[in-house]
Amino acid sequence: MENIANIQVIQNIVYIISSVMFILGIKMLGKEATAVKGNYLSALAMFSAVGITCLSLDIDLKIILAGVLLGGLIGSLIAIKVKMTAIPEMVALFNGFGGLATFLIAWSQFNEPSNSVFQHVLIMLTIYIGGITFSGSLIAYGKLSEKLKLGKGSMITNIFISFFYLSMPALIYVVAEPSLSGLIPQVPSYFSIFLVLTLVAGIGFVMPIGGGDMPVVISLLNSLSGIAAAFAGLLLLNNVLIVAGSLVGASGLILTIIMAKAMNRTITNILFVGYASVSQASSSEEQGEVKPITSDDAYLILENASSVLVVPGYGMAVAQAQHVVRELGELLEENGTEVKYGIHPVAGRMPGHMNVLLAEANVSYDLLAEPDDVNPSMDTIDVAIVIGANDVVNPSATEEEGSPIYGMPIIEVHNAKTVFVLKRSMSSGFAGVQNPLFFRENTRMLFGDAKESIGQIVAEFKD
Amino acid sequence: MEMYILLGFVLLLSIFLGLELISKVPSTLHTPLMSGANAISGIALVGALMLSSAGQMQDILAFGAILFASINVFGGYLVTNRMLSMFKKK
Repeated sequence: MENIANIQVIQNIVYIISSVMFILGIKMLGKEATAVKGNYLSALAMFSAVGITCLSLDIDLKIILAGVLLGGLIGSLIAIKVKMTAIPEMVALFNGFGGLATFLIAWSQFNEPSNSVFQHVLIMLTIYIGGITFSGSLIAYGKLSEKLKLGKGSMITNIFISFFYLSMPALIYVVAEPSLSGLIPQVPSYFSIFLVLTLVAGIGFVMPIGGGDMPVVISLLNSLSGIAAAFAGLLLLNNVLIVAGSLVGASGLILTIIMAKAMNRTITNILFVGYASVSQASSSEEQGEVKPITSDDAYLILENASSVLVVPGYGMAVAQAQHVVRELGELLEENGTEVKYGIHPVAGRMPGHMNVLLAEANVSYDLLAEPDDVNPSMDTIDVAIVIGANDVVNPSATEEEGSPIYGMPIIEVHNAKTVFVLKRSMSSGFAGVQNPLFFRENTRMLFGDAKESIGQIVAEFKD
Repeated sequence: MEMYILLGFVLLLSIFLGLELISKVPSTLHTPLMSGANAISGIALVGALMLSSAGQMQDILAFGAILFASINVFGGYLVTNRMLSMFKKK
């Protein structure tokens, strides 16, 4: 008996040490100089916590080894093989698996014979959050990898959405069921129904949200998986689960708020409303003629520019143009031009997406600037090159009060002396808002695939 | 019940700590931070290991929880590391 008590004391001490390492690790992850070490420290914390838990096991060791080895193999293979452009959907997928794990843990606890009322409540909450995280992340994965095309407005989406709303009273029912049994009508096998309903609800939660809002959704799902883990920790009376889970929950929440701010929208607006199709008429007045140019002309202008700002968007990721963009940047620098990259926080499909792509292409990160750094001196920029970005450079956001994106912080490229916009066609961005930038006096449109267009300019520089 | 109050206290303090820690992170690190935090949420693996074994159903649930949490842990840390190793200052 004493032996078991000793093991528990040792376990709890190691859990506390792990918690401290998680806290320090996540702190270090937030600074460029220490980020790599922070990740190692957090991995070490995970290793210690998992290792010490193995001192007292009830489950068959074979099951554990099989699960860890198989899971480790699958996870590692995905992580090593994945292309950097596919990172957003990978993060969504991993996150979903974390949610599924907590969902299964809570399910397993429900089968235990002696649950108190409070434990019952925790089980239901963990199942709900874990389940929604899982199926919601899978839908986010499908949307990000463009395998799933269903969006807002379709019949199927609406059915799933109604299940999402149905899941909330269902949650209240299952939470209250044991304390009010006899007072409320019995639903046979309500637990099984609830399990299925949470998974369907997660689908309905994410499905209507548009691709442009995915940075917010991914951050939020990330936060939810942490909260689910923290609840599972309360359920199992395990402090390291609570600390680590809460840290993830909090960090995901902060990122969600940062992303929503960068879009100048509230979180509820992003999740439940989407871009309203209001004031369509307002932006029609500024339409004029677009001025297309060829890559030859673009080369001549760039050759004489003394400062260039590159503003990438999701289009750069789609065209896989980050390497040729870096090449152009280097050639410009050799030519004596000052090159900077203006990165909008919500450009792309996840927080910091553009930073990752440019880092992959070997662009030094001190060249990457945020909107507040570049906007004040925008009028000194000779050429701003917009690559596959649209809403984040739309001047309506600062100038046109009726616009759905009015108030959203943008990179004000329209104040630069010349703007090149690289675009495949004249279609509008995710917000579905016309972009008056394209019709400005100082804007030149370079139509075509971004990778090819820039490749041609690079070739001219080399000649 | 006292135990739950104590642990609830730990939960609240950790959330506030997390909010303080993350609030000043440069946007360059948003993706690695999110991915790193995602790996940490694989801590559910510890919870999965604590499950009890009573019958086939419980074993299947435990196996599933361990399997998926492990994918989250290994995949999450490796992807984060891969991403961070690309961030260089020239």
